[in-house]
Amino acid sequence: MIALSDYLILGAILFAISVAGIFINRKNVIVLLMCVELMLLAVNINFVAFSHFLQDTAGQVFVFFILTVAAAEAAIGLAILVVLFRSKRSINVEDMDALKG
Amino acid sequence: MTLEKLIFYVLAAVVLAAAVMVVTRRNPVHSALFLILAFFASSGIWLLAEAEFLAIVLVLVYVGAVMVLFLFVLMMLDIDIAVLRAGFIKLLPLGIVMAIAMAAELILIVGPDNFGLEKYAAPARHAADYSNTEELGSVLYTVYMYPFEIAAVILLVAIIAAIGLTMRRRTDTKFIDPSKQVVIKKGDDRIRMVSMDAEKG
Repeated sequence: MIALSDYLILGAILFAISVAGIFINRKNVIVLLMCVELMLLAVNINFVAFSHFLQDTAGQVFVFFILTVAAAEAAIGLAILVVLFRSKRSINVEDMDALKG
Repeated sequence: MTLEKLIFYVLAAVVLAAAVMVVTRRNPVHSALFLILAFFASSGIWLLAEAEFLAIVLVLVYVGAVMVLFLFVLMMLDIDIAVLRAGFIKLLPLGIVMAIAMAAELILIVGPDNFGLEKYAAPARHAADYSNTEELGSVLYTVYMYPFEIAAVILLVAIIAAIGLTMRRRTDTKFIDPSKQVVIKKGDDRIRMVSMDAEKG
Protein backbone atom coordinates (compact mmCIF):
# COMPACT_ATOMS: atom_id res chain seq x y z
CA MET A 1 0.00 0.00 0.00
CA ILE A 2 1.08 3.57 -0.63
CA ALA A 3 1.90 5.33 2.64
CA LEU A 4 0.93 8.89 3.46
CA SER A 5 4.63 9.72 3.73
CA ASP A 6 5.13 8.79 0.06
CA TYR A 7 2.69 11.50 -1.04
CA LEU A 8 4.19 14.01 1.39
CA ILE A 9 7.77 13.31 0.26
CA LEU A 10 6.69 13.75 -3.36
CA GLY A 11 5.13 17.09 -2.44
CA ALA A 12 8.23 18.16 -0.50
CA ILE A 13 10.64 17.33 -3.37
CA LEU A 14 8.35 19.04 -5.90
CA PHE A 15 8.22 22.16 -3.71
CA ALA A 16 12.02 22.17 -3.32
CA ILE A 17 12.49 21.87 -7.10
CA SER A 18 10.20 24.83 -7.71
CA VAL A 19 12.01 26.93 -5.07
CA ALA A 20 15.28 26.10 -6.86
CA GLY A 21 13.59 27.09 -10.12
CA ILE A 22 12.75 30.51 -8.69
CA PHE A 23 16.41 30.88 -7.67
CA ILE A 24 17.96 29.99 -11.02
CA ASN A 25 15.36 31.61 -13.30
CA ARG A 26 15.07 34.84 -11.38
CA LYS A 27 15.18 37.03 -14.51
CA ASN A 28 12.40 35.42 -16.49
CA VAL A 29 9.00 36.40 -15.12
CA ILE A 30 7.07 33.80 -17.08
CA VAL A 31 9.17 30.90 -15.75
CA LEU A 32 8.75 32.36 -12.25
CA LEU A 33 4.98 32.16 -12.72
CA MET A 34 5.33 28.53 -13.83
CA CYS A 35 7.39 27.77 -10.71
CA VAL A 36 4.60 29.24 -8.57
CA GLU A 37 2.15 26.92 -10.34
CA LEU A 38 4.44 23.98 -9.51
CA MET A 39 4.51 25.04 -5.84
CA LEU A 40 0.72 25.15 -5.75
CA LEU A 41 0.65 21.69 -7.30
CA ALA A 42 2.97 20.40 -4.54
CA VAL A 43 0.69 21.85 -1.88
CA ASN A 44 -2.38 20.41 -3.59
CA ILE A 45 -0.81 16.93 -3.61
CA ASN A 46 -0.41 17.21 0.18
CA PHE A 47 -4.04 18.29 0.59
CA VAL A 48 -5.36 15.43 -1.54
CA ALA A 49 -3.17 12.89 0.32
CA PHE A 50 -4.33 14.06 3.75
CA SER A 51 -7.94 14.14 2.56
CA HIS A 52 -7.58 10.50 1.44
CA PHE A 53 -5.86 9.24 4.58
CA LEU A 54 -8.04 11.11 7.10
CA GLN A 55 -11.25 10.31 5.15
CA ASP A 56 -12.26 13.97 5.19
CA THR A 57 -13.56 15.79 2.11
CA ALA A 58 -12.55 19.20 3.51
CA GLY A 59 -9.07 18.74 2.02
CA GLN A 60 -10.49 18.20 -1.44
CA VAL A 61 -12.78 21.22 -1.12
CA PHE A 62 -9.71 23.26 -0.20
CA VAL A 63 -7.88 22.02 -3.31
CA PHE A 64 -10.91 23.12 -5.32
CA PHE A 65 -10.60 26.66 -3.97
CA ILE A 66 -6.82 26.70 -4.44
CA LEU A 67 -7.35 25.75 -8.10
CA THR A 68 -9.85 28.62 -8.45
CA VAL A 69 -7.53 31.18 -6.92
CA ALA A 70 -4.55 29.85 -8.89
CA ALA A 71 -6.47 30.21 -12.14
CA ALA A 72 -7.35 33.81 -11.24
CA GLU A 73 -3.74 34.48 -10.26
CA ALA A 74 -2.41 33.10 -13.54
CA ALA A 75 -4.90 35.13 -15.58
CA ILE A 76 -4.12 38.43 -13.84
CA GLY A 77 -0.37 37.71 -13.68
CA LEU A 78 -0.19 37.04 -17.41
CA ALA A 79 -2.29 40.14 -18.14
CA ILE A 80 0.16 42.25 -16.12
CA LEU A 81 3.01 40.56 -17.97
CA VAL A 82 1.50 41.46 -21.36
CA VAL A 83 1.03 45.11 -20.30
CA LEU A 84 4.60 45.17 -18.97
CA PHE A 85 5.98 43.76 -22.21
CA ARG A 86 4.07 46.39 -24.22
CA SER A 87 5.65 49.26 -22.31
CA LYS A 88 9.16 47.89 -21.69
CA ARG A 89 9.63 45.45 -24.60
CA SER A 90 11.16 42.99 -22.12
CA ILE A 91 10.12 40.62 -19.34
CA ASN A 92 13.45 40.77 -17.54
CA VAL A 93 12.97 41.38 -13.82
CA GLU A 94 16.01 43.66 -13.79
CA ASP A 95 14.36 46.07 -16.24
CA MET A 96 11.57 46.75 -13.75
CA ASP A 97 13.41 49.46 -11.86
CA ALA A 98 11.14 52.44 -12.53
CA LEU A 99 10.29 52.76 -8.84
CA LYS A 100 13.86 52.98 -7.54
CA GLY A 101 14.53 56.08 -5.49
CA MET B 1 5.71 -4.46 -4.80
CA THR B 2 2.06 -4.20 -5.75
CA LEU B 3 0.85 -2.81 -9.04
CA GLU B 4 -0.65 0.20 -7.26
CA LYS B 5 2.68 1.11 -5.73
CA LEU B 6 4.47 0.63 -9.04
CA ILE B 7 2.03 3.01 -10.77
CA PHE B 8 2.51 5.57 -7.99
CA TYR B 9 6.29 5.50 -8.24
CA VAL B 10 6.28 5.73 -12.04
CA LEU B 11 3.89 8.72 -11.93
CA ALA B 12 5.90 10.36 -9.13
CA ALA B 13 9.10 9.94 -11.15
CA VAL B 14 7.40 11.51 -14.18
CA VAL B 15 6.19 14.46 -12.07
CA LEU B 16 9.64 15.11 -10.60
CA ALA B 17 11.47 14.68 -13.92
CA ALA B 18 9.00 17.06 -15.60
CA ALA B 19 9.44 19.58 -12.77
CA VAL B 20 13.24 19.49 -13.18
CA MET B 21 12.81 20.04 -16.93
CA VAL B 22 10.44 22.99 -16.28
CA VAL B 23 13.06 24.85 -14.26
CA THR B 24 16.09 24.00 -16.42
CA ARG B 25 14.89 24.24 -20.03
CA ARG B 26 16.29 27.10 -22.09
CA ASN B 27 13.12 27.69 -24.09
CA PRO B 28 10.08 28.79 -22.01
CA VAL B 29 7.75 26.99 -24.45
CA HIS B 30 9.42 23.69 -23.57
CA SER B 31 9.04 24.59 -19.88
CA ALA B 32 5.31 25.12 -20.37
CA LEU B 33 4.95 21.79 -22.19
CA PHE B 34 6.81 19.94 -19.42
CA LEU B 35 4.57 21.66 -16.88
CA ILE B 36 1.59 20.19 -18.74
CA LEU B 37 3.23 16.75 -18.42
CA ALA B 38 3.67 17.32 -14.68
CA PHE B 39 -0.01 18.20 -14.35
CA PHE B 40 -1.10 15.09 -16.26
CA ALA B 41 1.07 12.80 -14.12
CA SER B 42 -0.10 14.35 -10.85
CA SER B 43 -3.70 14.00 -12.00
CA GLY B 44 -2.93 10.26 -12.17
CA ILE B 45 -1.57 10.38 -8.63
CA TRP B 46 -4.77 12.10 -7.46
CA LEU B 47 -6.76 9.31 -9.10
CA LEU B 48 -4.79 6.82 -6.98
CA ALA B 49 -5.74 8.87 -3.89
CA GLU B 50 -9.43 8.56 -4.89
CA ALA B 51 -9.86 12.25 -5.71
CA GLU B 52 -11.40 11.56 -9.11
CA PHE B 53 -13.25 14.85 -9.51
CA LEU B 54 -10.18 16.96 -8.74
CA ALA B 55 -8.04 14.83 -11.07
CA ILE B 56 -10.37 15.66 -13.95
CA VAL B 57 -10.59 19.31 -12.88
CA LEU B 58 -6.80 19.51 -12.86
CA VAL B 59 -6.65 18.34 -16.47
CA LEU B 60 -9.60 20.43 -17.65
CA VAL B 61 -8.84 23.67 -15.80
CA TYR B 62 -5.05 23.60 -15.63
CA VAL B 63 -4.07 21.93 -18.87
CA GLY B 64 -7.12 23.11 -20.75
CA ALA B 65 -7.25 26.73 -19.62
CA VAL B 66 -4.31 27.96 -17.55
CA MET B 67 -1.51 26.30 -19.52
CA VAL B 68 -3.09 27.22 -22.84
CA LEU B 69 -3.14 30.81 -21.58
CA PHE B 70 0.55 30.49 -20.64
CA LEU B 71 1.44 29.14 -24.09
CA PHE B 72 -0.68 31.84 -25.73
CA VAL B 73 1.17 34.61 -23.88
CA LEU B 74 4.55 32.96 -24.54
CA MET B 75 3.90 32.82 -28.26
CA MET B 76 2.63 36.41 -28.30
CA LEU B 77 5.69 37.92 -26.61
CA ASP B 78 8.94 38.24 -28.50
CA ILE B 79 11.36 37.21 -25.76
CA ASP B 80 15.13 37.45 -25.96
CA ILE B 81 16.10 34.23 -24.17
CA ALA B 82 19.85 34.89 -24.12
CA VAL B 83 19.50 37.94 -21.85
CA LEU B 84 17.14 36.10 -19.55
CA ARG B 85 19.49 33.13 -19.27
CA ALA B 86 22.48 35.20 -18.16
CA GLY B 87 23.53 34.16 -14.64
CA PHE B 88 21.82 30.78 -14.94
CA ILE B 89 25.05 28.77 -14.56
CA LYS B 90 26.24 31.03 -11.76
CA LEU B 91 23.06 30.54 -9.75
CA LEU B 92 22.67 26.82 -10.51
CA PRO B 93 24.87 25.52 -7.62
CA LEU B 94 23.10 27.80 -5.15
CA GLY B 95 19.73 26.60 -6.41
CA ILE B 96 20.72 22.92 -6.17
CA VAL B 97 22.12 23.35 -2.64
CA MET B 98 18.96 25.20 -1.59
CA ALA B 99 16.70 22.54 -3.09
CA ILE B 100 18.58 19.66 -1.47
CA ALA B 101 18.67 21.37 1.93
CA MET B 102 15.00 22.23 1.78
CA ALA B 103 13.92 18.79 0.56
CA ALA B 104 16.06 17.10 3.25
CA GLU B 105 14.54 19.20 6.01
CA LEU B 106 11.00 18.61 4.80
CA ILE B 107 11.57 14.86 4.35
CA LEU B 108 12.95 14.62 7.90
CA ILE B 109 9.59 15.90 9.10
CA VAL B 110 7.16 14.20 6.73
CA GLY B 111 9.16 10.99 6.29
CA PRO B 112 8.02 7.45 7.20
CA ASP B 113 8.86 7.95 10.90
CA ASN B 114 6.04 10.44 11.39
CA PHE B 115 3.62 9.69 8.56
CA GLY B 116 4.33 6.04 7.72
CA LEU B 117 1.75 3.28 7.37
CA GLU B 118 2.09 2.46 11.09
CA LYS B 119 0.99 5.97 12.06
CA TYR B 120 -1.59 6.47 9.33
CA ALA B 121 -3.02 3.18 8.09
CA ALA B 122 -4.16 3.18 4.48
CA PRO B 123 -7.95 3.62 4.41
CA ALA B 124 -10.18 0.97 2.90
CA ARG B 125 -11.07 1.45 -0.75
CA HIS B 126 -14.53 2.76 -1.52
CA ALA B 127 -17.10 0.53 -3.20
CA ALA B 128 -17.42 0.60 -6.99
CA ASP B 129 -20.63 2.66 -6.86
CA TYR B 130 -19.06 5.39 -4.71
CA SER B 131 -19.14 8.81 -6.37
CA ASN B 132 -16.43 11.27 -5.38
CA THR B 133 -18.17 14.06 -7.31
CA GLU B 134 -21.42 13.51 -5.40
CA GLU B 135 -19.58 13.49 -2.08
CA LEU B 136 -17.77 16.72 -2.91
CA GLY B 137 -20.88 18.40 -4.29
CA SER B 138 -22.96 17.55 -1.23
CA VAL B 139 -20.60 19.53 1.03
CA LEU B 140 -19.63 22.21 -1.51
CA TYR B 141 -23.19 23.47 -1.94
CA THR B 142 -24.13 23.26 1.74
CA VAL B 143 -21.27 23.64 4.24
CA TYR B 144 -19.00 25.60 1.90
CA MET B 145 -21.70 27.68 0.22
CA TYR B 146 -20.23 31.10 1.07
CA PRO B 147 -16.63 30.20 0.16
CA PHE B 148 -18.00 28.81 -3.11
CA GLU B 149 -19.75 32.10 -3.89
CA ILE B 150 -16.62 34.06 -2.97
CA ALA B 151 -14.64 31.86 -5.35
CA ALA B 152 -17.12 32.72 -8.10
CA VAL B 153 -16.69 36.45 -7.37
CA ILE B 154 -12.90 36.06 -7.42
CA LEU B 155 -13.12 34.50 -10.89
CA LEU B 156 -15.37 37.35 -12.06
CA VAL B 157 -12.91 39.92 -10.71
CA ALA B 158 -10.08 38.08 -12.46
CA ILE B 159 -11.94 38.19 -15.78
CA ILE B 160 -12.67 41.91 -15.47
CA ALA B 161 -9.13 42.69 -14.31
CA ALA B 162 -7.52 40.72 -17.14
CA ILE B 163 -9.70 42.41 -19.77
CA GLY B 164 -9.28 45.85 -18.19
CA LEU B 165 -5.51 45.51 -18.05
CA THR B 166 -4.92 44.29 -21.57
CA MET B 167 -7.54 46.27 -23.53
CA ARG B 168 -6.24 49.31 -25.36
CA ARG B 169 -7.51 51.78 -27.93
CA ARG B 170 -5.22 51.71 -30.90
CA THR B 171 -4.85 54.94 -32.78
CA ASP B 172 -2.53 53.69 -35.52
CA THR B 173 -5.04 51.49 -37.32
CA LYS B 174 -7.46 52.60 -40.04
CA PHE B 175 -10.49 51.53 -38.05
CA ILE B 176 -13.95 52.72 -39.09
CA ASP B 177 -16.72 52.80 -36.50
CA PRO B 178 -19.55 50.61 -37.89
CA SER B 179 -22.25 52.49 -35.98
CA LYS B 180 -21.25 55.71 -37.73
CA GLN B 181 -21.36 53.93 -41.09
CA VAL B 182 -24.86 52.64 -40.41
CA VAL B 183 -26.44 55.97 -39.38
CA ILE B 184 -25.39 57.73 -42.60
CA LYS B 185 -28.40 59.16 -44.42
CA LYS B 186 -28.98 59.47 -48.12
CA GLY B 187 -28.14 62.91 -49.37
CA ASP B 188 -25.90 65.32 -47.56
CA ASP B 189 -23.99 62.74 -45.53
CA ARG B 190 -22.89 60.80 -48.60
CA ILE B 191 -21.95 63.38 -51.18
CA ARG B 192 -20.69 66.89 -50.88
CA MET B 193 -21.14 69.35 -53.73
CA VAL B 194 -18.07 71.43 -54.30
CA SER B 195 -18.26 74.48 -56.52
CA MET B 196 -14.97 75.26 -58.16
CA ASP B 197 -13.80 77.35 -61.03
CA ALA B 198 -13.62 75.77 -64.45
CA GLU B 199 -10.19 74.96 -65.70
CA LYS B 200 -8.85 77.53 -68.06
CA GLY B 201 -7.66 76.09 -71.33
